[in-house]
Amino acid sequence: MEPGEIHALLGENGAGKSTLMNVLYGLYQPDEGEILVDGKPLKLKGPSDAIGAGIGMVHQHFMLVPVFTVAENIMLGAEQTRGGIAGFLDRRRARREVTEVSERYNLRVDPDAVIEDLPVGIQQRVEIVKALTRDVDLLILDEPTAVLTPQETDELLTVMRSLKAAGKSIVFITHKLGEVKAIADRITVIRRGKTVGTASPEASRDELAALMVGRNVRLTVDKSPATAGDPVLEVTGLVVDDDRQIRAVDGVDLTVRAGEVLGVAGVQGNGQTELIEAIMGLRPVLAGTVSLAGDRIDGWKTKKVLRAGVGYVPEDRSVDGLVKEFSVAENLVLDIYDRPPFGAGLALKPDAIASSAKERIEQFDVRTSSAEAPVGTLSGGNQQKVIVARELSRPLKLFIAAQPTRGVDVGSIEFIHSRIIHERDIGTAVMVVSSELDEVIGLADRIAVMYRGRVIGVVGPDTPREEIGLLMAGISPDAAGEDGAATDGGPASADGSASEDEA
Amino acid sequence: MTNPNPQSGSPDKEPASEAQAAQNALGNTERAGTATTPKVSEPQPQPSLGRLFLNNLWAANTFTVTLLSLVLAVVVGAVLMIISDPDVLHTYSYITARPSDAFTASWTLVSEAYANLFKGSVFDPEAFSGWLNGSNGWQAVLAPISETLTYAAPLVFTGLAVALAFRGGLFNIGAQGQATIGVILAALAGFLLPLPPGLHLLAAVLAGALGGALWGFIPGILKARAGAHEVINTIMLNYVATYFLTWLIVQNGVQDPTRTDAISRAVDNSAQLPRLLGDNLRVHAGILLAVLATWAVAWLLNRSTLGFELRAVGANPDAARTAGISVTRTYILIMVFSGILAGLGGSNMVLGSTASALTPLVVAQIGFDGILVALLGRVKPWGVLLAALLFGALQAGGNRMQSYSGISLELVTVLQALIVIFIAAPALVKAIFQLRAARAARLQTSLAKGW
Repeated sequence: MEPGEIHALLGENGAGKSTLMNVLYGLYQPDEGEILVDGKPLKLKGPSDAIGAGIGMVHQHFMLVPVFTVAENIMLGAEQTRGGIAGFLDRRRARREVTEVSERYNLRVDPDAVIEDLPVGIQQRVEIVKALTRDVDLLILDEPTAVLTPQETDELLTVMRSLKAAGKSIVFITHKLGEVKAIADRITVIRRGKTVGTASPEASRDELAALMVGRNVRLTVDKSPATAGDPVLEVTGLVVDDDRQIRAVDGVDLTVRAGEVLGVAGVQGNGQTELIEAIMGLRPVLAGTVSLAGDRIDGWKTKKVLRAGVGYVPEDRSVDGLVKEFSVAENLVLDIYDRPPFGAGLALKPDAIASSAKERIEQFDVRTSSAEAPVGTLSGGNQQKVIVARELSRPLKLFIAAQPTRGVDVGSIEFIHSRIIHERDIGTAVMVVSSELDEVIGLADRIAVMYRGRVIGVVGPDTPREEIGLLMAGISPDAAGEDGAATDGGPASADGSASEDEA
Repeated sequence: MTNPNPQSGSPDKEPASEAQAAQNALGNTERAGTATTPKVSEPQPQPSLGRLFLNNLWAANTFTVTLLSLVLAVVVGAVLMIISDPDVLHTYSYITARPSDAFTASWTLVSEAYANLFKGSVFDPEAFSGWLNGSNGWQAVLAPISETLTYAAPLVFTGLAVALAFRGGLFNIGAQGQATIGVILAALAGFLLPLPPGLHLLAAVLAGALGGALWGFIPGILKARAGAHEVINTIMLNYVATYFLTWLIVQNGVQDPTRTDAISRAVDNSAQLPRLLGDNLRVHAGILLAVLATWAVAWLLNRSTLGFELRAVGANPDAARTAGISVTRTYILIMVFSGILAGLGGSNMVLGSTASALTPLVVAQIGFDGILVALLGRVKPWGVLLAALLFGALQAGGNRMQSYSGISLELVTVLQALIVIFIAAPALVKAIFQLRAARAARLQTSLAKGW
């Protein structure tokens, strides 16, 4: 690592990126080998040694105390006290430090805001500020963009550039090729715990992807034009609240036809999650109707909706999609366990479950040591394949996939996309919700853009990215003309960051 | 360890070394924490207290640890015996002069005590030789086992009650209260209903189950509908049940008319569980019911759709709900089933041979002991059965230890507590015996402080 360099560490899920960085940050001890800082070998016993050596880390899952304020979180672990032995916390000083650092690097955060009220992007900024207040020279960002919206990602890239300008070095761990190309000075690709090559950012996406997975992958989705049939899902005037009783979906009208993919794009937190949960019967519908092939399904229990022929890949697989302690086989029947052939009356049929699991593991290329292995031991991509396999192995009228490839390696993305298109081609109505605009554009036949609980536009997949990006920021096409250029790579528009702060 | 999974970074899938195991432990609830894989953009759900506890209970925890926990408890128990015996303690005052005195006295005390514990619970060689030369009957040989089974039977039920709830993600501290209501209804049915033999027993047992079910249903529905935490509610209902029993005993029609103290009428003979080995041995059909219940719970958990729901809700309620399982309904069912089991345990106390009438202490501590039994049995049905047998043996042997060696019965309770403490702290046991992967377990437990 050179001072003032952004070094990207690229690799598939489970390639060993995060482990390497955790070693660097002193969280894990290396079994062999050594770390050199300024030419001197360094023995790290824990994160405090690492911080002492000028290494700071922003974890993929933020290490913040949700009920503390920004300033309190930043001083945590390095509390300054005054009043001698009484040891009062010097909050004022912490606040001053926060303000100082955020001004110096142009990272706006309110030191008195409580973490749990802040959007993810800002929380991440707090983590960066926290690292910077410890005077680090090397900042490790572990998959920083996995949880960010495109706008937030753009902002983060801007922040990284300004840090670089200030002479800080950054290790940027990711498996998103676009970001790497946009920002990195040097790229190291890791596969299965070994460095398999270094590349310059000029290398093409396909080259990098091939390096990552060790073979050639297709990054675009091959598909023929859709032959849309009758409407399957019709949503009219839907109104839904989120967990905090705040209106999340505010009068949405949508139609998904048989044999087409409707992509729902939008910055996360604009009601997509609540919309799907309402359709699935997981969240009460306050007004409006949802109908499936002519039947009103709003107010139905989730089980009934699933039985009616709806497949659902939830947004967060580890929370809503899988029971980690359960075996792969059990997870494969999680929502059909009580249906023949898997259950008869009160009894389960373990043989039927096992044989069907074997079949589907093969069919969906789930890489697991056995069908009996707990699903939590699988890699993210394979976990996701388990969910997709479960949902796609019964006859469906409607298939809803939320963030189907979030945190999934390139090889699995390719596979899951092809299954989604296959499902469309056999005449199922498909709804894909994703915060990855590329994914939506690649899969969808029509794209509905959601903003603040409403669908503010339905456009074709050929619509330029910029236009969709503006829709996602809440700017309808007619007003878009003059700031069209703003979203393209550069700093996010004022509107973008404003809406994000409110979100 | 085979590796059929070459493309997705599987070297990290299983902890191959202690260091890796430690790393895994750092990954907290993620078994494959090291593998970086599942971490990708999955906000780890905050594991519930119960889930975390269960993970710790099972993590890196084997039969060995259980066995070593027993050994440790026995050792600590021996130290306590020595300390609490003034005569033996006196020999330690001149230990530098004549160490043999202290050691001999300690050894005699401890070995005799534990020998009596064994003779009182499993097998008494003297009774056996007595049977061979005709000085006593075969009953004397089976007496220790009979006692052990008698004490174990209700513990199997309450242990299963706690274990079942635990698997469903609920901490049922209320087995005591459920058993109390169970014992009340069983006894009332036992002396108030004029029914023919057989039918009367069935009615009494069912009444006990019903009482437990009712007392489990209340916290269940409060949890499901009002979100009230079951730990608080079950504890409170324990008090309600206990004092309801105390009040009820002295009411007209319940209190034994010939007595002035708090004791109820005796349960009719027609409602008593039949004794298995003749009238001289206390072992009764309750133990058979207990084995049956163990089998039923094992089937329910592992082979039934309801058990699937229960385990899914226990492990990840969000995923269960998303898969169409009604979490609230499952919570209620779990508590009702748990209550039924505890209620059956309670009915054993009055329909079996331990007592035939209600007294304020008729259920003893079976509900709370049930928690220990469930933990010792690793919240698995057959494990619970074995744990209950062990606890039953300790109770039965403790009686003999008290009368023959003069060691107070409370020591047995202390032993039980020590066993469970050691089981709940596997890292401690492993550290003491220098087992591998102790560091990993220690890391894991220290991380469990995040409750």
